[in-house]
Amino acid sequence: MTELNTRKEQTLSAIESAADADALEALRVEALGKQGWISQLLKTLGKMTPEERQEKAPAIQQARSEVADAIALRKQAMDDAELDRKLATETLDLSLPAPISAKGSVHPVSQVMDELAEIFADLGFAVKTGPEVEDDWHNFTALNMDENHPARAMHDTFYFPDRDAEDRAMLLRTHTSPVQIRTMVKEGAPVRIIAPGRVYRSDSDATHTPMFHQVEGLVIDKDIHLGHLKWTLETFLKAFFERDDIVLRLRPSYFPFTEPSVEVDVGFEVVKGRRVLGGSGDAPGHAWMELLGSGMVNRRVIEFAGLDPDEWQGFAFGVGVDRLAMLKYGMDDLRAFFDGDIRWLQHYGFSPYDQPTLSAGVGAGA
Amino acid sequence: MKFSLTWLKDHLETEASVADLAAAMNRIGLEVEGIEDPAERLSGFTVAKVLSAEKHPDADKLQVLSVDTGAGEPLQVVCGAPNARAGMLGVLGQPGAVVPSNGMELRKSAIRGVESNGMMCSVRELELGDEHDGIIELPDDAPVGHSFADYHGSSPVFDVAITPNRPDCMGVYGIARDLAAAGMGTLKPIAFPAFEASDGCPVEIRSDDSDGCPAFYGRVITGVTNGPSPDWLQQRLQSAGQRPISLLVDLTNYLMLAFGRPAHAYDLAKLTGPVVARRAKNGEQVLALNEKTYTLDDAMTVIADDKGVHDIAGIMGGENSGCSDDTTDVLLEIAYFNPDRIGATGRKLGLASDARTRFERGVDPEFLDDGLDLLTGLIVELAGGAASDVVRAGSPPGVAKTITFDPALTAKLGGVAVDEAEQQRILESLGFSVDMTGAAWTVTVPLRRHDVEGPADLVEEVVRIYGIDDVASVALPRAEGVAAPTASHEQKQERRVRRAAAGRGLNEAVTWSFLPVPDAEHFAAEGQELWVLDNPISEDMKAMRPSMIPGLLAAAKRNVDRGAASLRLFEIGRRYFRNADGSSNEKPTLGVVLAGERSARGWASGKAEAFDAFDAKAEAMALLAEAGAPAEKLQVMGEAGPQFHPGQSATLRLGPKNVLARFGALHPKTLATFDIEVPVVAVEIFLDAIPGKKGAPSFARTAYAPPALQSVMRDFAFLVPGNLPAGDLQRMIKGADKANIVDARIFDVFSGQGVPEGKKSVAIEVTLQPSEKSYKDEDLKAISDKVVAAAAKLGAELRG
Repeated sequence: MTELNTRKEQTLSAIESAADADALEALRVEALGKQGWISQLLKTLGKMTPEERQEKAPAIQQARSEVADAIALRKQAMDDAELDRKLATETLDLSLPAPISAKGSVHPVSQVMDELAEIFADLGFAVKTGPEVEDDWHNFTALNMDENHPARAMHDTFYFPDRDAEDRAMLLRTHTSPVQIRTMVKEGAPVRIIAPGRVYRSDSDATHTPMFHQVEGLVIDKDIHLGHLKWTLETFLKAFFERDDIVLRLRPSYFPFTEPSVEVDVGFEVVKGRRVLGGSGDAPGHAWMELLGSGMVNRRVIEFAGLDPDEWQGFAFGVGVDRLAMLKYGMDDLRAFFDGDIRWLQHYGFSPYDQPTLSAGVGAGA
Repeated sequence: MKFSLTWLKDHLETEASVADLAAAMNRIGLEVEGIEDPAERLSGFTVAKVLSAEKHPDADKLQVLSVDTGAGEPLQVVCGAPNARAGMLGVLGQPGAVVPSNGMELRKSAIRGVESNGMMCSVRELELGDEHDGIIELPDDAPVGHSFADYHGSSPVFDVAITPNRPDCMGVYGIARDLAAAGMGTLKPIAFPAFEASDGCPVEIRSDDSDGCPAFYGRVITGVTNGPSPDWLQQRLQSAGQRPISLLVDLTNYLMLAFGRPAHAYDLAKLTGPVVARRAKNGEQVLALNEKTYTLDDAMTVIADDKGVHDIAGIMGGENSGCSDDTTDVLLEIAYFNPDRIGATGRKLGLASDARTRFERGVDPEFLDDGLDLLTGLIVELAGGAASDVVRAGSPPGVAKTITFDPALTAKLGGVAVDEAEQQRILESLGFSVDMTGAAWTVTVPLRRHDVEGPADLVEEVVRIYGIDDVASVALPRAEGVAAPTASHEQKQERRVRRAAAGRGLNEAVTWSFLPVPDAEHFAAEGQELWVLDNPISEDMKAMRPSMIPGLLAAAKRNVDRGAASLRLFEIGRRYFRNADGSSNEKPTLGVVLAGERSARGWASGKAEAFDAFDAKAEAMALLAEAGAPAEKLQVMGEAGPQFHPGQSATLRLGPKNVLARFGALHPKTLATFDIEVPVVAVEIFLDAIPGKKGAPSFARTAYAPPALQSVMRDFAFLVPGNLPAGDLQRMIKGADKANIVDARIFDVFSGQGVPEGKKSVAIEVTLQPSEKSYKDEDLKAISDKVVAAAAKLGAELRG
């Protein structure tokens, strides 16, 4: 038995120090192979008497399992070491840049129009659109600006040489107000809409571009008055700028399509060189800026749109979308809006995931 | 319009401050655009007397003055003006004062070694005029030591924007009337200088155009002495930004600026025969006061005599009959012209003037006689002469409008309750007369208020004087519950596709709707008649775009010129077409332009890679799917248009006719036209061509039913004609056995060695999905046969 033990210990020691898989396999064959010494010993068990077998078998079985386990263990250790060696050769320099996916953006005009749609939807306003190549009836006449109206000349209108089937002069709409007419004619009353879109004036300087964006608002119902107009504008501006301290100043003004007509100023202060809306324009350090034109829809306009002005009345307003974007998001050059400079688009543009929602506040944080 | 506080106070008795008056004007609809106080600019300048003038010891042209400032010791001042002399009174700027003309602050200094304690000023240095021959000389009775600004009568100047509906406020008097109504003071009666009028008028006056000129009043004044206007008149005109010219001219201007009443003074010596308002003859010419010659037509009213036209009626006088310093006899004209006709004439001639602005908007028909008497009185008072009787040809409109007015309308429309007595007071103070005897009020409108047409206008009058800013906010009635969705299908589609495009790495641009005509023509559809502006702001902004690509391409070029290497731009906007009836047909469209490098050179990928037509296809397919197009049904077909590379572009269609998109590489000639030197691929998606979902929206998806059995893959390789679109083969195979084939994917395309000339090899992986039971060998064989048979229809043979 001592001989068995001695040989086992020798084998185990050899396994422990086996240099590689081949050496280990040789040891396995030597001990557990068909002709291996442990296998040979196991074969002798069959020829033994039961008593003899009972005496010797446990030691032989024990040696077999110890050697087998040692080999397995040693093999695992060798495999692990081999894997470590292999992995060590696969090291990557992860300070190198990963593949870049291009970063897209939404134009501020689109973003602000989405914000407006969201706010006004909550107030029950639908979004309507109309053609930009308009006829002079919808753009002027139906808005109470007949051919001789001085206000027509003040609109710096772009004209086409063409006339439509009703012999109306074709032009580029100078405001979004024709959508008022189209909506009332098509859908009747009551009406609650906003109409955002491109408008055109033959004007170009540091603060004017021949194309820009406006949003029109129109509410026609019974018993709608100036107080509703004021509330609507306050409510909209508070939601848009996400400030409760927006203060409006209403001034009488003149637009042919409203009566009474109201120019709306908003209080602001200059913070770090930028106009920040909020507070009364009469407060120290504050001033007023003109922001919106509005008024109660002129009865003639309601008549032109085919409604009974004794039954229906309401208000309308118009404001520059680009201007709202500039005031909210801090751009200072209108012309850059339409240049398509990729640097500007990526600087002022919005992530597609900045979808305006009321629950998150419609604005996208800087 | 501009006017000084002093001028306003000619007509308004008030103690209100400049700030309060400005606030009141803003409140009642007379928008104050600016207030300038010349006194601020003249602070530190005082009336001073030169006591002695000695020659400067070291300079020939300088004198050393001793100047009495009215307080303390005389100051020593060095002066270079030739007219400086002992005994004269002038204007002294003391150290600390800022010279208006150059912004320099005066300091005590030494001039050529002689101490100087200020500056004696010229007219030009104080910006009071152009003269600079010497220092200002004041009359002997000027108060020495007094503020010069005060002495000079300088007064704060308001700059007020008058809306076009208020010609009655295009004179200082009208503004005073509005302010008085708003409680800012009392309107003073107009002071008419008295004069004697003799019998008769030596000139015949007529209107032969009663439509264009319903009223033409005139009067002759003989024996006047024209010359410079008195200070009070000059100061008022200067505050309005007008240069004084001569008494006769200045007084007509004064009448216009103070009372909104244009008038004209002819030099009688230059007229021949009767003076007549008539239609111009076609082609008739007149040299106007602005020294330009205008060619007239028979829709225009003129004032003419036997020799010709002297005045474009209501717009501008003629150069040949205007008053000069030598004028001794004048004919005054006060007329009422048809506002519409004035506007039409002014527009046709492209001629703007202060007179046109007022006549076009409507002057006060009740102020002809008063205006003429006021002008006559002022001329006689200041220039002397003898006035004739008035001659009146025709009469101005004289029927006042009456409006039935329910004072409750103020609350109904204006949202503010103003008690009836206050409403009445406001209307009457503005010159309306209110008859309250009936159930509703009858309000008579003063003739000067052409803008007031109905009850809503009266509400505006009441509310603006009461205070429109005092209207309380009232919430709009709100529908119960959560706000209902309002966006249309098109709006939702546009929003979704915009954010999808941005999510795919594209940057949204907004480009001009108008293009240079050649750019528009390059992209016009065949036979398309473009919308081309009559009056573009520049040649670059002339034709409405027929495609989204040219605007984006121009933007891409600008970016490339600025050094950008890779551009992914998109825009959602309209293309402009025509309907058969001549109206506009605007098609919502998404354009994409990919220019330059798809990927920059990199440590992993090596060289930079340029965009190719497949990048365009990828955007087209992905964005069409987001826009709601059935992507699996789209067919790739040709005819993307001549702007595209003929071999690297295609259309995506639903059926043979409905083109949903075009995409591909742009034609080298297109790139050359736009002067762009990097590769560009583009996409145009015609959003309006995508069929919308029908019926009410449903939210539940179809039931989830994954197949029970595993799918099976089979590969096929075919030899096909070299020009066969591989996509056709794919579609054909996919449709070969719809019960079993769920997908067919091209995984290899090869031509060259081992493939016969004119052929290519296309390898397709077909996915088969058993439904009830697993495939047996014979099932698979049957399917394979169908695939091969289908492919054969396109001339494809299975490779061995």
